[in-house]
Amino acid sequence: MSEPTTRPPSIPTDAPPVNRFTSALAHVVTDLGRNGIFVALIAVVVLFSITTSGVLLRPQNISNLIVQNGYILVLAIGMVFIIVAGHIDLSVGSVAAFIGAISGVLVSPLYLGLPWWAAIVISLLVGAVVGAWQGFWVAFVGIPAFIVTLAGMLIFRGLALVALGNQNIGSFPAEYRALGNGFLSFLEVPYGARGHIDLITLAAGALAIIGIVVQSLRTRRGRQSYAQEVEPLGWFLLKMALAVFGIGAFTFALAQAKGLPITLIVLAALVLIYGIIQNRSVFGRHVYAIGGNRHAAELSGIKTRQVDFWLFVNMGTLAALAGLIFTARLNLAGPKAGDGFELEAISAAFIGGAAVQGGVGTIGGAIIGGLIIGVLNNGMSLMGIGIEWQQAVKGLVLLLAVAFDVFNKRRSGGR
Amino acid sequence: MANILLEMRDITKTFPGVKALQNVSLEVEPGEVHAICGENGAGKSTLMKVLSGVYPHGSYDGSILFEGREMNFRTLRDSEAEGIVIIHQELALSPYLSIAENIFLNNEVKGRFGLIDWNKANQEAKKLLARVGLNENPTTKIRDIGVGKQQLVEIAKALSKRVKLLILDEPTAALNDEDSDHLLDLILHLKGQGITSIIISHKLNEIKKVADRVTVIRDGKAIETIAKTDVTEDRIIKDMVGRDLEHRYPDHTPHIGEEVLRVEDWTVHHPQDPSRVVVDNVDLTVRAGEIVGIAGLMGAGRTEFAMSVFGRSYGTRISGKIFKNGKEIRIRNVAEAIDNGIAYATEDRKYYGLNLIEDIKRNISVASLKKLSSGGLVNDGEEFKVANQYRKEMNIKAPNVLVPTGKLSGGNQQKVVLSKWIYSAPDVLILDEPTRGIDVGAKYEIYTIINRLAAEGKAIIVISSELPELIGICDRIYALSEGRITGELPIEKATPEALIKLMTMEAPR
Repeated sequence: MSEPTTRPPSIPTDAPPVNRFTSALAHVVTDLGRNGIFVALIAVVVLFSITTSGVLLRPQNISNLIVQNGYILVLAIGMVFIIVAGHIDLSVGSVAAFIGAISGVLVSPLYLGLPWWAAIVISLLVGAVVGAWQGFWVAFVGIPAFIVTLAGMLIFRGLALVALGNQNIGSFPAEYRALGNGFLSFLEVPYGARGHIDLITLAAGALAIIGIVVQSLRTRRGRQSYAQEVEPLGWFLLKMALAVFGIGAFTFALAQAKGLPITLIVLAALVLIYGIIQNRSVFGRHVYAIGGNRHAAELSGIKTRQVDFWLFVNMGTLAALAGLIFTARLNLAGPKAGDGFELEAISAAFIGGAAVQGGVGTIGGAIIGGLIIGVLNNGMSLMGIGIEWQQAVKGLVLLLAVAFDVFNKRRSGGR
Repeated sequence: MANILLEMRDITKTFPGVKALQNVSLEVEPGEVHAICGENGAGKSTLMKVLSGVYPHGSYDGSILFEGREMNFRTLRDSEAEGIVIIHQELALSPYLSIAENIFLNNEVKGRFGLIDWNKANQEAKKLLARVGLNENPTTKIRDIGVGKQQLVEIAKALSKRVKLLILDEPTAALNDEDSDHLLDLILHLKGQGITSIIISHKLNEIKKVADRVTVIRDGKAIETIAKTDVTEDRIIKDMVGRDLEHRYPDHTPHIGEEVLRVEDWTVHHPQDPSRVVVDNVDLTVRAGEIVGIAGLMGAGRTEFAMSVFGRSYGTRISGKIFKNGKEIRIRNVAEAIDNGIAYATEDRKYYGLNLIEDIKRNISVASLKKLSSGGLVNDGEEFKVANQYRKEMNIKAPNVLVPTGKLSGGNQQKVVLSKWIYSAPDVLILDEPTRGIDVGAKYEIYTIINRLAAEGKAIIVISSELPELIGICDRIYALSEGRITGELPIEKATPEALIKLMTMEAPR
């Protein structure tokens, strides 16, 4: 309707702020709007802590939250890249089930009985091949990802059943199971009235806190050295304090429970690696450029097909990892595994602010979106709410989250 | 009161942080063609949106009188009910519906039981099409007719609403000369039938042709209204930019060096219809420091030629040779073209040039990330520094480089596109319609940049539909017709008449 060329520039900085306080306040308000998803997570946590009379935040439950949602978060990381590039992947649940079945066949003593590490490596490779298959059709043949992965959803669900021979495979070696429900805890010392606390977990928490503080300070200083605008110091410190408190409380809770979940370690590594890919790598830039305007990206020398292809290879590998984690946690590879994973992963990405048209979305957002879904699942289960209402509530949350996003963009005069 | 059809009084409209219109008054007499001109962002479109109810009554100050009565439009429908119809620059037609369906969209010809009477609708559509001089079947789909004809369908649609005041927002921006002429004639023809028009335009020659009066808007204020007899291009330009523009084209003394790019026997076939030859045996050379123009009508194959040279980004069955600095090079894709020092700035900024949701910084860096990165990681700070440097150097009007390019005006968007390609450090720069949809002031800046690049020794190819522009800035001009080069003129011999003759020449077979 309205063409940007003749729209008067509605850039806020045209009106100089009256003083430092109002400018800082304006920043806080826009920042909160931009990170509304984060506020939503806190709200959901507070809500369910109250309705479950604090059970939600008990150390054991926090530990469960991570272990139960780990595989969704792994999928969400891959999914956000796919969505940013303007695609979708409906097959990840089936692929996870397929790889779970393969890994079961590989590692189970009743079948091939390979060493756990070999089974994991082979499974991930098979996941990459599955991704390459789908990437080939999307990138080089030019079939919409929706169709390719809808087909994949059926194909790999079927192949999962074939691999399983229509029965469950279970009872895996302990090392393999650790991927899903293992914990790192070596140095438990007595703590409180009748409990223990794990020093390794606390150390990891401390390390994470130091890492975050150092990194934020470096980023801030880097920006300043290039004369970029930085946020007001008070707000910066407050946000950092919140992060420090959050991580501190979180790891403290884990330390009181069983220790550091292996799933969390895997997840943390993925967030770190993919965070760098998203923010700093040339590949990440290419993904965003393609999602924002595919033609312009092509005419800027970006090999869009290659990028699309590798995105799907990546998604396949992460779907395999999610399948491994899930299978390991249940100690069972079954035909119904991974049912509906794709929808939770896609919801996580969209709740986390990804745009349907592509070009917009972050890993951080997707992780928080995934956590919101996780807290909803967990909180409602604790309250004894039935699965039917859980579904309905989750659907509503997805709708509201995206509606909020749309509303926010309209208000800020975006597209 | 009888001789005033529309009066807008003291219209003031503010957006957060910006006064888009300040006390603008406008009077339109019945039966006149009233032109509104001004730079991009001056407030022309905002004024028309106020008038047509897109910005509802109450969201602005001031009053609107139409046929002597005060109007409080809340929606587009309200203004259309009074006979005020606006045709936007970007046409609002549905490509997969027929001409008749589009004409009567939301205004359907009802028969019995409230169902649509298609026979009657098509018949009515045929009559309306005849009034605008369009000889097409009403059941033809919109996507199967050209932009020029689509524009006429829009006007037919307006006529179906019993229009009294027709508002055209840059109606000829996307049209070639022939279609433009036809459209302007039509506006005059409708004037004869008593339909009053407001036409928003950048093109001074067409304003002179059709307008009875011209109102110039600058920075949200109405500067003056000039009667036809007093209209001169210089006066309008002066009003628009607020200063005298001695010359519309900056001085340029060429320092021409060695040949940088030579294309030989370049032939390209249509991607969907490979039997069709779009570019036919084109030979072309550019030397260092030289600005070479390509003149041609729409469909002559100008853009197709440029894009096919730029990494085969258009066409199939491409044949021919490209020489760079005397050595033959092979270019298979855009990345290789960029590596070989060739850059192409597109004619269509929004679809091919920019990522509108991304900021200025990332749009400038996207074609040169190799330079900005090591080990696959981008140096953020350096990127910011580079972008900021270009923002200052190219005078991109934005508070900082983190503003999304979708929020910039056309001229500033074009400067971002140019920055992107200049930063890629090319030896050959192909500029396709570098000033399309850009206001006069920004055009001058773009020309200055082109001259500077030439002075730095870059070889430049400019494709343009505006002959005065080519004649104003080039050192040598090729004329293209039906995919073939029909002539090559040194600047001394390049007159509009000579060029048009070559451009319309039946290509020798």
